[in-house]
Amino acid sequence: MAGSVTWRQLDRGPVIPGGTSRGFSTGDWRQEAPILDLDRCVHCMLCWLYCPDSSILVAGGRVVGIDYEHCKGCGICAAVCPPRASAIRMEAEGA
Amino acid sequence: MSAVLGRRVGLTGNDAVALAWRQIDPDVVAAYPITPSTQIVERFSQYVADGEVQTQFLAVESEHSAISACVGASAAGARVMTATSSQGLALMHEILYVASGLRLPIIMVVGNRALSSPINIHGDHSDTMGSRDAGWIQLYCRDVQDAYDRTILAVRIAERARLPVMVCLDGFTLTHSLEPIEAYPDEEVQEFVGEGPADGYALLGGGEPISVGPLALPDSYMEFRRALAAAMERAREVIAVETEAFNTRFGRALPAFVEKFEMDDAEEAFLLMGSYADMVRDAVARWRRARRVGMVRLVTFRPFPAEEVARALGRIRHVHVLERADTLSTLGGPLGIEIRAALYDRVVRPAVTDVVFGLGGRELTDGEIDGLLRAPGAGDRLRYLGVRQEGGCR
Repeated sequence: MAGSVTWRQLDRGPVIPGGTSRGFSTGDWRQEAPILDLDRCVHCMLCWLYCPDSSILVAGGRVVGIDYEHCKGCGICAAVCPPRASAIRMEAEGA
Repeated sequence: MSAVLGRRVGLTGNDAVALAWRQIDPDVVAAYPITPSTQIVERFSQYVADGEVQTQFLAVESEHSAISACVGASAAGARVMTATSSQGLALMHEILYVASGLRLPIIMVVGNRALSSPINIHGDHSDTMGSRDAGWIQLYCRDVQDAYDRTILAVRIAERARLPVMVCLDGFTLTHSLEPIEAYPDEEVQEFVGEGPADGYALLGGGEPISVGPLALPDSYMEFRRALAAAMERAREVIAVETEAFNTRFGRALPAFVEKFEMDDAEEAFLLMGSYADMVRDAVARWRRARRVGMVRLVTFRPFPAEEVARALGRIRHVHVLERADTLSTLGGPLGIEIRAALYDRVVRPAVTDVVFGLGGRELTDGEIDGLLRAPGAGDRLRYLGVRQEGGCR
Protein backbone atom coordinates (compact mmCIF):
# COMPACT_ATOMS: atom_id res chain seq x y z
CA MET A 1 0.00 0.00 0.00
CA ALA A 2 3.12 2.12 0.32
CA GLY A 3 2.13 5.74 0.45
CA SER A 4 -1.15 5.45 -1.44
CA VAL A 5 -3.95 4.49 0.95
CA THR A 6 -5.34 7.14 3.32
CA TRP A 7 -6.62 6.38 6.82
CA ARG A 8 -10.20 6.89 5.74
CA GLN A 9 -9.85 3.92 3.41
CA LEU A 10 -8.83 1.61 6.25
CA ASP A 11 -12.22 0.96 7.76
CA ARG A 12 -11.71 -2.75 8.45
CA GLY A 13 -8.37 -3.02 10.17
CA PRO A 14 -5.30 -4.69 8.75
CA VAL A 15 -6.54 -7.43 6.43
CA ILE A 16 -4.78 -8.11 3.16
CA PRO A 17 -5.08 -10.76 0.45
CA GLY A 18 -3.29 -14.03 1.19
CA GLY A 19 0.03 -14.92 -0.38
CA THR A 20 1.43 -11.40 -0.61
CA SER A 21 4.77 -12.53 0.84
CA ARG A 22 5.47 -14.23 -2.48
CA GLY A 23 6.46 -10.78 -3.62
CA PHE A 24 9.12 -10.38 -0.92
CA SER A 25 12.64 -11.63 -1.25
CA THR A 26 13.49 -13.45 1.99
CA GLY A 27 16.59 -14.97 0.48
CA ASP A 28 18.75 -11.91 0.65
CA TRP A 29 19.75 -12.30 4.30
CA ARG A 30 20.80 -15.92 3.81
CA GLN A 31 24.20 -16.85 5.28
CA GLU A 32 24.24 -20.47 4.19
CA ALA A 33 22.68 -21.92 1.05
CA PRO A 34 21.36 -25.45 0.55
CA ILE A 35 23.02 -27.15 -2.39
CA LEU A 36 20.91 -29.88 -3.95
CA ASP A 37 22.54 -32.87 -5.64
CA LEU A 38 19.78 -34.19 -7.87
CA ASP A 39 21.78 -37.34 -8.63
CA ARG A 40 21.48 -38.39 -4.98
CA CYS A 41 17.89 -37.20 -4.39
CA VAL A 42 15.32 -40.00 -3.83
CA HIS A 43 12.35 -37.56 -4.04
CA CYS A 44 11.02 -38.52 -0.61
CA MET A 45 9.60 -34.97 -0.26
CA LEU A 46 10.68 -34.54 3.38
CA CYS A 47 12.50 -31.30 2.48
CA TRP A 48 9.38 -30.04 0.68
CA LEU A 49 7.24 -30.97 3.71
CA TYR A 50 9.47 -29.30 6.29
CA CYS A 51 10.61 -26.19 4.40
CA PRO A 52 9.08 -23.22 6.27
CA ASP A 53 9.40 -20.97 3.22
CA SER A 54 7.96 -23.20 0.47
CA SER A 55 11.33 -22.95 -1.23
CA ILE A 56 11.67 -26.53 -2.47
CA LEU A 57 10.64 -26.47 -6.12
CA VAL A 58 8.65 -29.48 -7.19
CA ALA A 59 7.31 -30.51 -10.59
CA GLY A 60 5.47 -33.69 -11.46
CA GLY A 61 5.94 -35.10 -7.98
CA ARG A 62 9.74 -34.74 -8.14
CA VAL A 63 12.11 -32.27 -6.52
CA VAL A 64 13.57 -30.10 -9.26
CA GLY A 65 15.42 -27.33 -7.44
CA ILE A 66 15.49 -24.64 -4.74
CA ASP A 67 13.89 -21.20 -4.85
CA TYR A 68 16.82 -19.07 -3.68
CA GLU A 69 14.68 -15.93 -3.82
CA HIS A 70 12.79 -17.16 -0.73
CA CYS A 71 15.15 -19.67 0.93
CA LYS A 72 16.46 -18.18 4.21
CA GLY A 73 19.14 -20.83 4.55
CA CYS A 74 17.75 -22.31 7.76
CA GLY A 75 19.12 -25.73 6.92
CA ILE A 76 16.02 -27.73 7.86
CA CYS A 77 15.93 -29.36 4.40
CA ALA A 78 19.49 -30.60 4.85
CA ALA A 79 18.71 -31.83 8.37
CA VAL A 80 15.66 -33.86 7.30
CA CYS A 81 17.21 -35.25 4.13
CA PRO A 82 17.60 -39.05 4.76
CA PRO A 83 21.24 -39.83 5.70
CA ARG A 84 21.55 -42.49 3.00
CA ALA A 85 20.56 -39.94 0.38
CA SER A 86 22.35 -36.85 1.77
CA ALA A 87 21.22 -34.97 -1.30
CA ILE A 88 21.30 -31.53 0.35
CA ARG A 89 24.32 -29.93 1.99
CA MET A 90 24.70 -26.42 3.37
CA GLU A 91 27.39 -24.14 2.04
CA ALA A 92 28.42 -20.66 3.15
CA GLU A 93 26.70 -18.12 0.96
CA GLY A 94 28.93 -16.94 -1.85
CA ALA A 95 31.51 -19.65 -1.11
CA MET B 1 -32.74 -21.72 35.58
CA SER B 2 -34.87 -21.52 32.43
CA ALA B 3 -38.05 -21.70 34.48
CA VAL B 4 -37.48 -18.36 36.18
CA LEU B 5 -36.78 -16.23 33.14
CA GLY B 6 -38.89 -13.26 32.31
CA ARG B 7 -39.37 -12.37 35.93
CA ARG B 8 -37.51 -11.24 39.01
CA VAL B 9 -34.72 -13.52 40.11
CA GLY B 10 -31.99 -13.22 42.71
CA LEU B 11 -28.57 -13.50 41.12
CA THR B 12 -25.01 -12.49 41.83
CA GLY B 13 -23.29 -10.35 39.22
CA ASN B 14 -21.27 -13.33 38.00
CA ASP B 15 -24.35 -15.53 37.71
CA ALA B 16 -26.23 -12.75 35.92
CA VAL B 17 -23.42 -12.43 33.36
CA ALA B 18 -23.34 -16.23 32.90
CA LEU B 19 -27.10 -16.16 32.39
CA ALA B 20 -26.75 -13.41 29.78
CA TRP B 21 -24.07 -15.48 28.03
CA ARG B 22 -26.36 -18.53 28.04
CA GLN B 23 -29.14 -16.49 26.48
CA ILE B 24 -26.80 -14.96 23.91
CA ASP B 25 -25.32 -18.41 23.18
CA PRO B 26 -22.03 -17.15 21.72
CA ASP B 27 -20.11 -19.27 19.23
CA VAL B 28 -16.91 -19.38 21.26
CA VAL B 29 -15.95 -18.71 24.88
CA ALA B 30 -12.29 -19.02 25.77
CA ALA B 31 -11.51 -18.17 29.38
CA TYR B 32 -9.26 -18.88 32.31
CA PRO B 33 -10.99 -18.44 35.66
CA ILE B 34 -9.60 -15.83 38.04
CA THR B 35 -11.04 -14.27 41.16
CA PRO B 36 -13.48 -12.52 41.32
CA SER B 37 -14.84 -13.35 37.86
CA THR B 38 -14.32 -17.13 38.24
CA GLN B 39 -17.98 -18.03 38.60
CA ILE B 40 -18.87 -16.55 35.23
CA VAL B 41 -16.70 -19.20 33.62
CA GLU B 42 -17.77 -21.85 36.13
CA ARG B 43 -21.48 -21.35 35.59
CA PHE B 44 -21.13 -20.98 31.87
CA SER B 45 -19.09 -24.16 31.50
CA GLN B 46 -21.94 -25.89 33.35
CA TYR B 47 -24.35 -24.60 30.70
CA VAL B 48 -22.02 -25.95 28.05
CA ALA B 49 -21.76 -29.33 29.80
CA ASP B 50 -25.54 -29.50 30.14
CA GLY B 51 -26.02 -28.78 26.46
CA GLU B 52 -27.95 -25.58 27.11
CA VAL B 53 -25.77 -23.67 24.63
CA GLN B 54 -24.08 -24.54 21.36
CA THR B 55 -20.93 -22.65 22.39
CA GLN B 56 -17.47 -24.04 21.75
CA PHE B 57 -15.88 -23.65 25.18
CA LEU B 58 -12.09 -23.51 25.24
CA ALA B 59 -10.48 -24.26 28.60
CA VAL B 60 -7.10 -22.69 27.99
CA GLU B 61 -3.95 -22.63 30.11
CA SER B 62 -3.69 -18.88 30.68
CA GLU B 63 -5.42 -15.58 30.05
CA HIS B 64 -2.91 -14.82 27.30
CA SER B 65 -4.14 -17.93 25.50
CA ALA B 66 -7.77 -17.13 26.30
CA ILE B 67 -7.71 -13.78 24.58
CA SER B 68 -5.53 -15.14 21.77
CA ALA B 69 -8.11 -17.85 21.09
CA CYS B 70 -10.80 -15.17 21.20
CA VAL B 71 -8.90 -13.14 18.60
CA GLY B 72 -8.58 -16.15 16.28
CA ALA B 73 -12.20 -17.18 16.64
CA SER B 74 -13.46 -13.64 16.23
CA ALA B 75 -11.33 -13.14 13.13
CA ALA B 76 -12.99 -16.24 11.74
CA GLY B 77 -16.37 -14.53 12.14
CA ALA B 78 -17.51 -16.09 15.42
CA ARG B 79 -19.31 -14.26 18.22
CA VAL B 80 -16.83 -14.50 21.07
CA MET B 81 -16.78 -13.81 24.81
CA THR B 82 -14.39 -14.08 27.71
CA ALA B 83 -14.13 -12.98 31.32
CA THR B 84 -11.22 -12.05 33.53
CA SER B 85 -9.92 -9.92 36.39
CA SER B 86 -6.79 -8.19 37.61
CA GLN B 87 -3.60 -10.12 36.85
CA GLY B 88 -5.49 -12.07 34.21
CA LEU B 89 -6.34 -8.89 32.37
CA ALA B 90 -2.76 -7.75 32.77
CA LEU B 91 -1.59 -11.02 31.21
CA MET B 92 -3.93 -10.35 28.27
CA HIS B 93 -2.55 -6.86 27.79
CA GLU B 94 -0.47 -7.52 24.70
CA ILE B 95 -3.34 -9.20 22.84
CA LEU B 96 -5.90 -6.55 23.83
CA TYR B 97 -4.21 -4.28 21.29
CA VAL B 98 -4.37 -7.00 18.65
CA ALA B 99 -8.13 -7.41 19.23
CA SER B 100 -8.86 -3.71 18.84
CA GLY B 101 -6.33 -3.20 16.04
CA LEU B 102 -7.98 -5.98 14.08
CA ARG B 103 -11.39 -4.46 14.90
CA LEU B 104 -12.75 -7.64 16.43
CA PRO B 105 -16.05 -7.34 18.34
CA ILE B 106 -14.98 -9.47 21.32
CA ILE B 107 -16.95 -9.07 24.55
CA MET B 108 -14.98 -9.28 27.78
CA VAL B 109 -16.57 -9.09 31.21
CA VAL B 110 -14.12 -7.93 33.84
CA GLY B 111 -14.67 -8.45 37.54
CA ASN B 112 -12.62 -5.42 38.58
CA ARG B 113 -9.87 -6.19 41.06
CA ALA B 114 -6.70 -4.59 42.37
CA LEU B 115 -3.32 -5.42 40.87
CA SER B 116 -0.30 -6.80 42.73
CA SER B 117 1.71 -6.00 44.67
CA PRO B 118 0.79 -6.52 47.44
CA ILE B 119 -1.43 -9.40 46.32
CA ASN B 120 -5.05 -8.46 46.80
CA ILE B 121 -8.16 -10.14 45.42
CA HIS B 122 -10.61 -7.35 46.16
CA GLY B 123 -12.20 -4.70 44.06
CA ASP B 124 -10.82 -1.53 42.57
CA HIS B 125 -10.41 -0.23 39.03
CA SER B 126 -6.63 -0.57 38.66
CA ASP B 127 -6.91 -3.47 36.23
CA THR B 128 -9.22 -2.00 33.60
CA MET B 129 -7.68 1.45 33.97
CA GLY B 130 -4.43 -0.20 32.96
CA SER B 131 -6.14 -1.19 29.71
CA ARG B 132 -7.61 2.20 29.05
CA ASP B 133 -5.44 2.94 26.02
CA ALA B 134 -5.86 -0.49 24.43
CA GLY B 135 -8.63 0.62 22.10
CA TRP B 136 -11.45 -1.22 23.86
CA ILE B 137 -14.80 0.35 24.63
CA GLN B 138 -15.22 0.31 28.42
CA LEU B 139 -18.57 0.30 30.21
CA TYR B 140 -18.79 0.43 34.03
CA CYS B 141 -21.76 -1.17 35.76
CA ARG B 142 -23.67 0.14 38.71
CA ASP B 143 -25.46 -2.97 39.96
CA VAL B 144 -26.24 -6.56 39.02
CA GLN B 145 -29.11 -5.57 36.74
CA ASP B 146 -26.78 -3.17 34.99
CA ALA B 147 -24.18 -5.93 34.56
CA TYR B 148 -26.79 -8.26 33.06
CA ASP B 149 -28.21 -5.54 30.81
CA ARG B 150 -24.88 -4.21 29.59
CA THR B 151 -23.53 -7.69 28.84
CA ILE B 152 -26.42 -8.13 26.40
CA LEU B 153 -26.17 -4.57 25.11
CA ALA B 154 -22.40 -4.86 24.62
CA VAL B 155 -22.91 -7.47 21.90
CA ARG B 156 -24.72 -5.01 19.67
CA ILE B 157 -22.32 -2.17 20.49
CA ALA B 158 -19.25 -4.30 19.74
CA GLU B 159 -20.56 -5.70 16.49
CA ARG B 160 -21.87 -2.41 15.15
CA ALA B 161 -18.93 -0.28 16.29
CA ARG B 162 -16.62 -3.12 15.18
CA LEU B 163 -14.57 -2.74 18.34
CA PRO B 164 -14.06 -4.96 21.37
CA VAL B 165 -15.95 -4.09 24.56
CA MET B 166 -15.13 -4.51 28.24
CA VAL B 167 -18.08 -4.72 30.60
CA CYS B 168 -16.71 -3.84 34.03
CA LEU B 169 -18.19 -5.04 37.33
CA ASP B 170 -16.75 -4.07 40.69
CA GLY B 171 -15.11 -7.16 42.14
CA PHE B 172 -17.13 -8.81 44.95
CA THR B 173 -19.34 -5.74 45.38
CA LEU B 174 -21.12 -6.75 42.17
CA THR B 175 -19.59 -10.07 41.16
CA HIS B 176 -20.58 -11.77 44.41
CA SER B 177 -23.54 -9.76 45.73
CA LEU B 178 -26.94 -11.34 45.34
CA GLU B 179 -29.45 -8.84 44.03
CA PRO B 180 -32.95 -9.15 42.62
CA ILE B 181 -32.92 -8.53 38.89
CA GLU B 182 -35.36 -8.76 36.04
CA ALA B 183 -34.22 -11.39 33.54
CA TYR B 184 -35.66 -11.39 30.06
CA PRO B 185 -36.98 -14.39 28.15
CA ASP B 186 -34.34 -16.22 26.10
CA GLU B 187 -36.05 -15.52 22.79
CA GLU B 188 -36.14 -11.78 23.44
CA VAL B 189 -32.43 -11.67 24.20
CA GLN B 190 -31.66 -13.75 21.13
CA GLU B 191 -33.82 -11.57 18.97
CA PHE B 192 -32.08 -8.45 20.29
CA VAL B 193 -28.52 -9.67 19.73
CA GLY B 194 -29.37 -11.22 16.36
CA GLU B 195 -27.39 -13.70 14.37
CA GLY B 196 -23.81 -12.71 15.07
CA PRO B 197 -21.22 -10.51 13.44
CA ALA B 198 -22.49 -10.46 9.88
CA ASP B 199 -19.35 -8.88 8.53
CA GLY B 200 -16.64 -10.83 10.31
CA TYR B 201 -13.47 -11.57 8.43
CA ALA B 202 -14.72 -15.10 7.78
CA LEU B 203 -11.22 -16.49 7.89
CA LEU B 204 -12.62 -19.96 7.29
CA GLY B 205 -15.48 -18.98 5.04
CA GLY B 206 -13.94 -20.12 1.77
CA GLY B 207 -13.27 -17.77 -1.09
CA GLU B 208 -9.94 -16.04 -1.52
CA PRO B 209 -7.37 -16.58 1.22
CA ILE B 210 -6.71 -13.54 3.42
CA SER B 211 -4.01 -12.51 5.83
CA VAL B 212 -5.25 -10.91 9.07
CA GLY B 213 -2.89 -8.69 11.02
CA PRO B 214 0.06 -8.36 8.66
CA LEU B 215 3.17 -6.26 9.18
CA ALA B 216 2.61 -2.54 8.65
CA LEU B 217 5.82 -0.56 8.49
CA PRO B 218 6.27 3.23 8.84
CA ASP B 219 4.61 3.76 5.46
CA SER B 220 1.22 2.50 6.68
CA TYR B 221 1.06 1.83 10.45
CA MET B 222 -0.03 5.34 11.31
CA GLU B 223 -2.95 5.25 8.88
CA PHE B 224 -4.24 2.12 10.62
CA ARG B 225 -3.97 3.76 14.04
CA ARG B 226 -5.69 6.92 12.84
CA ALA B 227 -8.51 4.79 11.40
CA LEU B 228 -8.80 3.02 14.77
CA ALA B 229 -9.13 6.37 16.54
CA ALA B 230 -11.90 7.25 14.08
CA ALA B 231 -13.68 3.99 14.90
CA MET B 232 -13.60 4.93 18.58
CA GLU B 233 -14.99 8.34 17.69
CA ARG B 234 -17.83 6.74 15.72
CA ALA B 235 -18.50 4.35 18.60
CA ARG B 236 -20.14 7.23 20.52
CA GLU B 237 -23.00 7.26 18.08
CA VAL B 238 -23.25 3.46 18.13
CA ILE B 239 -23.38 3.43 21.94
CA ALA B 240 -26.09 6.08 21.97
CA VAL B 241 -28.21 4.36 19.32
CA GLU B 242 -27.85 0.83 20.69
CA THR B 243 -28.50 1.86 24.29
CA GLU B 244 -31.69 3.53 23.11
CA ALA B 245 -32.66 0.38 21.18
CA PHE B 246 -32.03 -1.70 24.31
CA ASN B 247 -34.12 0.60 26.48
CA THR B 248 -37.00 0.50 24.01
CA ARG B 249 -36.88 -3.26 23.67
CA PHE B 250 -36.60 -4.15 27.35
CA GLY B 251 -38.36 -1.18 28.95
CA ARG B 252 -35.32 0.13 30.78
CA ALA B 253 -33.73 3.54 31.14
CA LEU B 254 -30.01 2.82 30.94
CA PRO B 255 -27.92 5.94 30.48
CA ALA B 256 -25.47 5.61 27.58
CA PHE B 257 -22.71 7.88 28.88
CA VAL B 258 -23.48 9.59 32.17
CA GLU B 259 -26.16 9.19 34.80
CA LYS B 260 -27.09 12.37 36.63
CA PHE B 261 -28.71 12.69 40.05
CA GLU B 262 -29.85 16.03 41.50
CA MET B 263 -27.67 17.89 39.00
CA ASP B 264 -30.21 20.45 37.72
CA ASP B 265 -29.32 23.10 40.28
CA ALA B 266 -26.25 21.54 41.85
CA GLU B 267 -23.29 23.68 42.86
CA GLU B 268 -21.03 20.85 43.97
CA ALA B 269 -20.97 17.30 42.77
CA PHE B 270 -19.50 13.85 43.11
CA LEU B 271 -18.39 12.07 39.97
CA LEU B 272 -17.66 8.36 39.96
CA MET B 273 -17.91 5.06 38.10
CA GLY B 274 -19.31 1.76 39.25
CA SER B 275 -21.07 0.31 42.23
CA TYR B 276 -20.64 3.07 44.79
CA ALA B 277 -23.19 5.18 42.96
CA ASP B 278 -26.08 4.11 45.20
CA MET B 279 -24.16 4.94 48.34
CA VAL B 280 -23.15 8.35 47.08
CA ARG B 281 -26.69 8.96 45.86
CA ASP B 282 -27.93 8.31 49.39
CA ALA B 283 -25.40 10.78 50.72
CA VAL B 284 -26.53 13.36 48.16
CA ALA B 285 -30.15 12.82 49.15
CA ARG B 286 -29.18 13.19 52.84
CA TRP B 287 -27.33 16.44 52.24
CA ARG B 288 -29.81 17.94 49.82
CA ARG B 289 -31.63 19.99 52.47
CA ALA B 290 -28.43 21.72 53.49
CA ARG B 291 -26.41 21.85 50.28
CA ARG B 292 -26.96 21.92 46.54
CA VAL B 293 -25.06 18.75 45.89
CA GLY B 294 -25.45 16.30 43.04
CA MET B 295 -23.89 13.21 41.53
CA VAL B 296 -22.71 12.16 38.10
CA ARG B 297 -21.98 8.52 37.36
CA LEU B 298 -19.82 7.84 34.35
CA VAL B 299 -20.94 4.72 32.48
CA THR B 300 -18.78 4.86 29.37
CA PHE B 301 -15.10 5.51 30.02
CA ARG B 302 -13.91 4.62 26.49
CA PRO B 303 -14.66 6.42 24.30
CA PHE B 304 -14.45 9.19 26.89
CA PRO B 305 -17.70 11.21 26.89
CA ALA B 306 -16.00 14.59 27.28
CA GLU B 307 -18.95 16.53 25.91
CA GLU B 308 -21.46 14.90 28.27
CA VAL B 309 -19.14 15.32 31.25
CA ALA B 310 -18.54 18.99 30.48
CA ARG B 311 -22.27 19.59 30.06
CA ALA B 312 -23.12 17.76 33.27
CA LEU B 313 -20.56 19.75 35.24
CA GLY B 314 -21.12 23.03 33.43
CA ARG B 315 -22.33 25.10 36.36
CA ILE B 316 -20.69 23.26 39.19
CA ARG B 317 -18.25 25.09 41.45
CA HIS B 318 -16.45 22.05 42.76
CA VAL B 319 -16.44 18.41 41.77
CA HIS B 320 -15.09 15.53 43.84
CA VAL B 321 -13.93 12.81 41.47
CA LEU B 322 -14.23 9.59 43.45
CA GLU B 323 -12.07 6.96 41.87
CA ARG B 324 -10.72 3.54 42.63
CA ALA B 325 -7.35 3.65 40.89
CA ASP B 326 -4.19 5.72 40.88
CA THR B 327 -1.89 6.47 37.97
CA LEU B 328 1.08 7.03 40.28
CA SER B 329 2.00 9.89 37.97
CA THR B 330 1.62 12.04 41.11
CA LEU B 331 -1.11 13.93 39.25
CA GLY B 332 -3.86 11.69 40.61
CA GLY B 333 -6.07 8.90 39.32
CA PRO B 334 -6.91 8.22 35.67
CA LEU B 335 -10.48 9.43 35.97
CA GLY B 336 -9.56 12.73 37.60
CA ILE B 337 -6.93 13.43 34.98
CA GLU B 338 -9.40 12.82 32.15
CA ILE B 339 -12.11 14.87 33.81
CA ARG B 340 -9.65 17.75 34.02
CA ALA B 341 -8.72 17.23 30.36
CA ALA B 342 -12.39 17.25 29.38
CA LEU B 343 -12.96 20.53 31.23
CA TYR B 344 -9.76 22.38 30.39
CA ASP B 345 -11.00 24.12 27.24
CA ARG B 346 -14.19 25.32 28.94
CA VAL B 347 -14.34 28.96 29.91
CA VAL B 348 -16.38 28.13 32.99
CA ARG B 349 -15.19 25.06 34.79
CA PRO B 350 -15.37 23.62 38.28
CA ALA B 351 -12.52 23.13 40.68
CA VAL B 352 -11.61 19.44 40.56
CA THR B 353 -10.50 17.46 43.58
CA ASP B 354 -9.37 13.99 42.71
CA VAL B 355 -10.31 11.64 45.54
CA VAL B 356 -8.68 8.22 45.37
CA PHE B 357 -10.58 5.74 47.56
CA GLY B 358 -11.35 2.07 47.96
CA LEU B 359 -8.11 0.64 46.63
CA GLY B 360 -7.87 -3.12 47.10
CA GLY B 361 -11.45 -3.31 48.35
CA ARG B 362 -11.12 -0.80 51.19
CA GLU B 363 -14.59 0.35 52.19
CA LEU B 364 -15.94 3.79 51.63
CA THR B 365 -18.03 4.91 54.58
CA ASP B 366 -20.93 7.34 54.82
CA GLY B 367 -18.81 9.28 57.29
CA GLU B 368 -16.05 9.72 54.75
CA ILE B 369 -18.45 10.99 52.10
CA ASP B 370 -19.94 13.39 54.66
CA GLY B 371 -16.41 14.44 55.55
CA LEU B 372 -15.78 15.47 51.96
CA LEU B 373 -18.76 17.78 52.08
CA ARG B 374 -17.83 19.18 55.50
CA ALA B 375 -14.28 19.90 54.43
CA PRO B 376 -14.44 20.05 50.62
CA GLY B 377 -10.86 21.18 50.20
CA ALA B 378 -11.58 23.10 46.98
CA GLY B 379 -7.90 23.94 46.67
CA ASP B 380 -6.85 20.31 46.98
CA ARG B 381 -5.85 18.72 43.74
CA LEU B 382 -5.54 15.19 45.07
CA ARG B 383 -6.74 13.45 48.20
CA TYR B 384 -6.48 9.87 49.36
CA LEU B 385 -9.55 8.89 51.30
CA GLY B 386 -9.59 6.40 54.12
CA VAL B 387 -5.84 5.99 54.40
CA ARG B 388 -4.59 5.34 57.91
CA GLN B 389 -2.05 7.88 59.01
CA GLU B 390 -0.79 9.60 62.16
CA GLY B 391 -3.78 11.05 63.93
CA GLY B 392 -6.32 8.81 62.14
CA CYS B 393 -7.85 8.50 58.67
CA ARG B 394 -8.53 11.22 56.19
